[in-house]
Amino acid sequence: MKIMTCPVNGPRPLQEFVYGGDLTEMPCPDQATDEQWAAYVFERDGAPGLHKEWWYHAPSGVWFIAERDTGTDEICRTYLYND
Amino acid sequence: MPHRLLRFGLSKKYNEPRMFRSPEQLKKSYDVVIIGAGGHGLATAYYLARDHGITNVAVLERAYIGGGGTGRNTAIVRANYLTPEGVAFYDESVRLFQDLSADFDLNLFYSQRGHFTLAHSDASLRTMRWRAEVNKHLGVDSELVDTAFIKEKCPHIDLSCGGHAPVMGALFHPPGAIARHDAVAWGYGRGADQRGVEIHQQTEVTGILVEGDKVTGVQTNRGTVETSKVVCAVAGYTPPLLEMVGIKTPLVIQPLQACVSEPLKPWLDTIIVSASLHLYVSQSSRGELVTGASLDPYPIHSTRSTLDFVEGLSGHLLDLFPFLGDVKIMRQWAGLSDVTPDFSPIMGLSPVEGFYLDAGWGTWGFKATPVCGKTMSYTVAENKPHPLIEPFRLSRFKEFELVGEKGAASVGH
Repeated sequence: MKIMTCPVNGPRPLQEFVYGGDLTEMPCPDQATDEQWAAYVFERDGAPGLHKEWWYHAPSGVWFIAERDTGTDEICRTYLYND
Repeated sequence: MPHRLLRFGLSKKYNEPRMFRSPEQLKKSYDVVIIGAGGHGLATAYYLARDHGITNVAVLERAYIGGGGTGRNTAIVRANYLTPEGVAFYDESVRLFQDLSADFDLNLFYSQRGHFTLAHSDASLRTMRWRAEVNKHLGVDSELVDTAFIKEKCPHIDLSCGGHAPVMGALFHPPGAIARHDAVAWGYGRGADQRGVEIHQQTEVTGILVEGDKVTGVQTNRGTVETSKVVCAVAGYTPPLLEMVGIKTPLVIQPLQACVSEPLKPWLDTIIVSASLHLYVSQSSRGELVTGASLDPYPIHSTRSTLDFVEGLSGHLLDLFPFLGDVKIMRQWAGLSDVTPDFSPIMGLSPVEGFYLDAGWGTWGFKATPVCGKTMSYTVAENKPHPLIEPFRLSRFKEFELVGEKGAASVGH
């Protein structure tokens, strides 16, 4: 069974977690051009490598960041957004 | 063992004709280089040579022919999509598929079965009706049917679905078919090869040469070739290639798993799909049940298989066909799906001149093989997008003109 470490609840089985997409930087909605906004909404870094991702621990409702290698599926680090 | 077979096996000289040549060296330059010798790449090469007279073409393949999505899908061919753009496109593909065996002089085991998409809720029944109406409007044979009709065509099904999600009706698509997917790649490969196209296996692209905004060549592990036109037809392996030319896309790679059971006597004529249960199943000509599910829940660039998948899939299969309880799963595998946010492909021209995209094939690539070949070869030869693929251009994201294709496999309703 694959285990992920929730920053609040500790090591838990992966089935308890939900993937929430890549962590992306939102441009200022008032100042961004349509092109910048489209890039923010749609463009993704799809190549294999280390990604910063949003993950959700469903039983406790915790959203956090995981650094994961999408090539090897190795979870390197998990932490709360503010950390 | 028959004597002749034994002698053939032990003889040093194999007289069986090969499907295609294996050229020893890359030429210095080609008119078109196609990256990826899957169904799409080979079909593009085939139609370039047959319909457009462009034969100085190389198809480069990192591994072996048809070893990616082409050999890993569940071999279903259908046209009952939801958007008018999608229906017109896939309908053309179904039509091309129907003549393909004769075209190739190769038996593709193309078998028209009838395709049921089951609805387990009012909401999905509404989507099925919507799809049926769009399909009929565009001349595709497709209709909403009741449970009595499903039971008549597929007597073994448990319509109560184990009691928790009873089937309420279905979208029925008579032209729905299955085909032998490897043979599709071989047929296109052989046809292209006979017309002068070179297929280079074990040839990995390591770089794409761009001068200004124009493609000038391709670097491989076997040397560099000059070309002004490159077609990228590598589905799940697209993002690293696009990094070489600096093109950004919304593609995200997620594995799609499938499995086959041990062979059974023929009992399942039709193709049964349930979006709510994330299940599709058909019986191959060898008697195996070919089943697939939805995408893995998060991106990984790996074709590993999981026990989670087989457990979930088997549970859902038993909901519909409880008598399969003792049947064994024979093997399972995964393929990489390059998924787009609107579940439509990304095809046509790109910001780099001479670099053509055939990507975003998620869970819908195999059935599109012939029409992709047709439209991509036109696009490359004329350097303008074929009208059928115009809606699938990469720039639709910037223009906020998405083609929301909820008729795709593994999209819940």
